[in-house]
Amino acid sequence: MSAAPSSPSNVAPASADVVIDLRRASFGYGERPTVTDATLTVRRGEIVVVLGPNGSGKSTLMKGILGLNERTEGTLTLFGVPGDELRDRARLGYVPQRHTLSTSVRATAEEIVSTGRLPRIGWLGRLRATDRQIVARSLDVVGLADRAATEVSTLSGGQQRRVLIARALAGQPDVLIMDEPTAGVDAANQHVLADVLERLVERGVTMVIVTHELGALERLLTRIVVVDGGRIRFDGTPERYAAQRGSVHHDHDSHHHDDELGAHPSGVTIGPLDVPHDGSRR
Amino acid sequence: MIDLLSIDFMQRALVAALLVGTVAPMVGIFLVQRRLSLIGDGMGHVALAGVAVGLVTGVAPAWTALIAAVVAAVVIELLRTRGRTNGDVALAVIFYGGIAAGVVIISKSADGTPANLMKYLFGSILTTTSSDLYLFAGLAVLIAVTTWALRPRLFAVANDEEYARAVGIPVLPLNIVLAVLTATTVVVAMRVVGLLLISALMIVPNAASQLIARSFSGALRWAIAFGLVSSVGGVALSYPLNTPSGGTIVLLAVGLFMVTAVVATARTQLSRRRHDIAETHAHEHGIECGHEAIPHGDHVDYVHDGHLHAAHESHYDEHGHESLDGDPSDPSDPTDRPSTTGATGATGTAGTTRTTTGTAR
Repeated sequence: MSAAPSSPSNVAPASADVVIDLRRASFGYGERPTVTDATLTVRRGEIVVVLGPNGSGKSTLMKGILGLNERTEGTLTLFGVPGDELRDRARLGYVPQRHTLSTSVRATAEEIVSTGRLPRIGWLGRLRATDRQIVARSLDVVGLADRAATEVSTLSGGQQRRVLIARALAGQPDVLIMDEPTAGVDAANQHVLADVLERLVERGVTMVIVTHELGALERLLTRIVVVDGGRIRFDGTPERYAAQRGSVHHDHDSHHHDDELGAHPSGVTIGPLDVPHDGSRR
Repeated sequence: MIDLLSIDFMQRALVAALLVGTVAPMVGIFLVQRRLSLIGDGMGHVALAGVAVGLVTGVAPAWTALIAAVVAAVVIELLRTRGRTNGDVALAVIFYGGIAAGVVIISKSADGTPANLMKYLFGSILTTTSSDLYLFAGLAVLIAVTTWALRPRLFAVANDEEYARAVGIPVLPLNIVLAVLTATTVVVAMRVVGLLLISALMIVPNAASQLIARSFSGALRWAIAFGLVSSVGGVALSYPLNTPSGGTIVLLAVGLFMVTAVVATARTQLSRRRHDIAETHAHEHGIECGHEAIPHGDHVDYVHDGHLHAAHESHYDEHGHESLDGDPSDPSDPTDRPSTTGATGATGTAGTTRTTTGTAR
């Protein structure tokens, strides 16, 4: 044991830090998967932005991780446990994309955020003082402490988005998975949202943020994953992304024309209108 | 009223009204939340088939109605979950099949007079038997306890089904429980309210409470209050008026809804006139926002350029100028310099806004 080589011991603690581990996974509804061959590892403390245009499959990928759609191929490991066997699902803090909260009945921000606490309390149990404190703190983190008793439908879109973030925080998750947190939010609220996310980053919260535009997230993230046409096209640091940005986006442009072209072995982009570089016909 | 209470069947009808007035809105609020306001109506249709079977076979109709409604509830919920495109049509088949079977089977029974059918469809104060009452009381307690115990989870599922699924709340079982609760409520209400009108007592009190409540728990309390007033009031009125109790109850509930709507509209108009909204600013006040926070009654005001801003809904209310009687050495926001026009305007209204802050919040 004492003579153990140094390299495996370097790997072991790293694997304990793995929050989400996807291996060659395909997700979708029915027989036709919308995301194929996705391999992705998210470690504790990372701020991963999953970037892609509308309809690229990034939401499907995220919902697949959350177990909200069908995984047709590959494996999903969450906190070292196979995805289907994870009992404590509240460890995944989900912030869905909602432009507005459901307004079919009246509910206060506090009542909505309290639902995020439910997975942490017993079936017949009620929120105790500590649970209420956690709910209050969650509202505080997103800057809505003074609106706890406000009816949610009277809040602005950005404020409602923050209510949903607080709801996920109330479950004390190990990772926050957010779907387009900044989409459809006015500039002022984008700024506030970015501040909220920054506060979460400071607290060391692991985050997976799905978005179609980097915007204010650019200064927070530690890693970028580009999804297009149902495949992961790029996975790396912001620096590497900046260097390869051109080619990554080229890929995605060509992708709209033909699924096959993005995977061209040479890595050179060829659209239907381009003259084949090597002179051969496909 | 004392006369009413001394009559046997009225006592039973009033107790039944008390039970149904409490539980129908409790279950109904989740139906409203899930936008399934009409599902109770369909279950009433199916319950009629159960009543008919009871009348023909000589079994107590309340029991056969309960079985029919609960089975229908489970089937409906499963269909809704599977439900691709034809779920809606499948529901229609079940509902109309139920009421048609009910009408046909009842016509074959000895009690199958049109008058009898009317009592089941629209309610009657004369029909509650004492054995019914024990069953209803038992069921009502069961509904109330289950709804109360599961309330946080029923709320979570109805509020955001996808989120509930993601965090591991069992969505389908809870939806089936809600469907069974709805079916059971239909049976508890079938004597005094009637199978065609029961859905109204689940929904209309909630419709009224939504107009005035500002929270889910508040809405629930108001709905139960409205439900009790309509059901007990309706039964009490139907005797001197000699009207079907179900119709009377529902008309009373609708009347309450309309009065509430008028009052609520008047109140919003009034409060809109009374409260001043601060100038729109992109800044969001909060603990670390850099503006001084001053506790003010039940809320906190933030000192913004000398004005007091209080969070209200999506905006900030103007709560007047920073008080002059406060500590003069108050280290206010360094950026605070009495800006010429804004400050004078606020000073002019400071006196009035101060006195109205209580209503504005």
